[in-house]
Amino acid sequence: MSAKHLLGMESLDKGAIVQLLDRADAIHAGGKPGTALAGHTVVNLFMEASTRTRTSFEIAAKRLRADVVNVSESFSSSKKGETLLDTVRNIDAMGPTVIVLRHGSSGTPAMIAKRVRASVVNAGDGTHEHPTQALLDCGTIRRHKKRIEGLTVTIIGDILHSRVARSNLHALGKLGANVRVAGPRSLLPRGVESLGALVYDRIEPALEGADVVMVLRLQHERMTGGYVPSLRDYSRFFGVNAKNLHAAKHDAIVMHPGPINRGVELTSDVADGPQSVVLDQVAYGVSVRMAVLESVVS
Amino acid sequence: MHGFHIRGGRVIDPRQGVDDELDVIVQDGRIARIGKGLATPTGALVCDARGKIVSPGFVDLHAHLREPGEEGKETIETGSASAASGGFTTVCAMPNTQPPNDCRAITMLIKTRAREVGGVHVFPIGAITRGLAGEQLADFGELKEAGVVALSDDGKCVMNARLMRRALEYGRTFDLPIVQHAEDHELSRGGAMNEGAASTRAGIPGQPAEAEEIIVARDLILVEMTGARYHVAHASTARTVAMVRDAKARGLPVTCEVTPHHLALTDEACAGYDTSTKMYPPLRTQADVDALVAGLADGTIDAIATDHAPHSANSKQLEFDCAAFGIIGLETALPIALGLVSRGVLPLGEVIERLTWGPARTFKLNAGTMPEGAVADLVVIDPALEWVVTAEDTSSKSKNSPFLGKTMRGRAVFTLAAGVALCDRIEVT
Repeated sequence: MSAKHLLGMESLDKGAIVQLLDRADAIHAGGKPGTALAGHTVVNLFMEASTRTRTSFEIAAKRLRADVVNVSESFSSSKKGETLLDTVRNIDAMGPTVIVLRHGSSGTPAMIAKRVRASVVNAGDGTHEHPTQALLDCGTIRRHKKRIEGLTVTIIGDILHSRVARSNLHALGKLGANVRVAGPRSLLPRGVESLGALVYDRIEPALEGADVVMVLRLQHERMTGGYVPSLRDYSRFFGVNAKNLHAAKHDAIVMHPGPINRGVELTSDVADGPQSVVLDQVAYGVSVRMAVLESVVS
Repeated sequence: MHGFHIRGGRVIDPRQGVDDELDVIVQDGRIARIGKGLATPTGALVCDARGKIVSPGFVDLHAHLREPGEEGKETIETGSASAASGGFTTVCAMPNTQPPNDCRAITMLIKTRAREVGGVHVFPIGAITRGLAGEQLADFGELKEAGVVALSDDGKCVMNARLMRRALEYGRTFDLPIVQHAEDHELSRGGAMNEGAASTRAGIPGQPAEAEEIIVARDLILVEMTGARYHVAHASTARTVAMVRDAKARGLPVTCEVTPHHLALTDEACAGYDTSTKMYPPLRTQADVDALVAGLADGTIDAIATDHAPHSANSKQLEFDCAAFGIIGLETALPIALGLVSRGVLPLGEVIERLTWGPARTFKLNAGTMPEGAVADLVVIDPALEWVVTAEDTSSKSKNSPFLGKTMRGRAVFTLAAGVALCDRIEVT
């Protein structure tokens, strides 16, 4: 019943999301990993720099006994002038069961899924989606809060360029959370309210009464693009710290998809503090990716 | 020459105020007679046009024929075949060839090639600036002498207001309209589709509607200052239509065109990352589409122009943000325009006008009407013919169309340019 590809959270219904989370929970609780991938090859095709997501997928696939091949940007053909489609078709011709794709251009997983035999798992495409991140975020929230429905989740930072925010908006919305997005207007995409979010341009009211605070990374290139004047101004008015976190519920959890710019979007005392679940996210990410890999090959 | 007897069709020539079931006799490349129950001249071939529409051949103000320089995408020969297949008998060729048409030599080359091909009439459009670089005016006087009918840096906007002022002034001297690709490149930079809810959802960088509107607003002020003829290429937003409507009401010499795809599709079409939905300007929202249709209906928009932009598969089978901008359009313009009639938003005569006399008058072309004695450029349309757009059936060298696989209603079945049959899908005996 599971879909052949995982391209984004927009196309998954609530039932499919819950099923993946239930399976990830079972794996995470020490359940015996399936052997569905034994004898299968998983290619991690990463056309954009990534350490944690690639490593997480690699560990997940290896725990499922798959053979894993990592193709990263520095070894890819794109620098030789080969098109993405040619690269992917060549890899597909070698018969992998799954291609895990990370790419800087939105829509590339959907584009290649139409043209390969392998299952395609989106490991982050441009500013579009990062579905396994949203799944691991939802799973982490559910483990800590025992539910998602009715929770207030505040996502703070560069919503405009964030695939994590988009995937979470889809997923959390389907699971019944109330989602707020907050950041300077220059980093809030036009029409974001159509994705079901309440929009705030100051973070204090957005944090008020939140159960979950999700902090996004501010890429340094946003300064050169003129989206924000300086790191200093950004961190002063949009950085999450112990003081402004008081507005959230006392038991609110703090999440970050990593890597953290300490002192910019998040202070170290909060990142390493009792409310932070950042490393739980990373640990749970492996289980989620195992559940996803099992599901696309079944 | 044997000539033709086009019998019993509904002849619609908006310029002449004709809409009646008539026979048309074509001899020696000209419209010899139009009337009821005419006798077939000796040796003439008969085209039974009963149940069909006979219109002056369509005039396209905006096509990229790619020759010289990018013959892998299109040539004057294949572009001409594509035009004839879609019912167009006159095509204005944009100057962003390689090298660009910014001088007499290139203009002459295009005219010579068109003559050698013997297809539809090709009117070159000259560059506003040398090398389309946006820095120094091209030689308008020489270009006019060589035969250009308008000036444009299409594909690029004339961003510098001072240069735009000079272009309007110098263009006015030679009675050449300045055709603006209205896009503030600073505001649109990096964008690959319309900025809005759809681009936010797709995660594709957006180009705001305001990038077009800011330039149109600035240009209209400069038109008021200079009194020069100004034409908005591929208008795509509601506010552009409103501004042009207002400028016309104030008597400014402003004209405007819209593409078929901006009348037919919205930015929702980009959701599947099909690169044949990527073009300049980007597909906009339903509110913009509605405003464009209203502008076409009330005459604010003078012409339907295709912005036929052939691209090879190589430059389109790429990541959405890397793919080339533009789609072909000559062969699907008519059924899209006829769709406005079947939806009841525009009468048939008005649609024909926007494809014939509307564009011809905009660039002051001797085309778009077929009185007795005129050069025989005409098209017979079967408005009920249903057909599927396929790559094989497309005459353009490039196949980059968002309408591939779609069923269309209405098609040119017989196209005559200067009395020569360039397309016949019906029996002519």
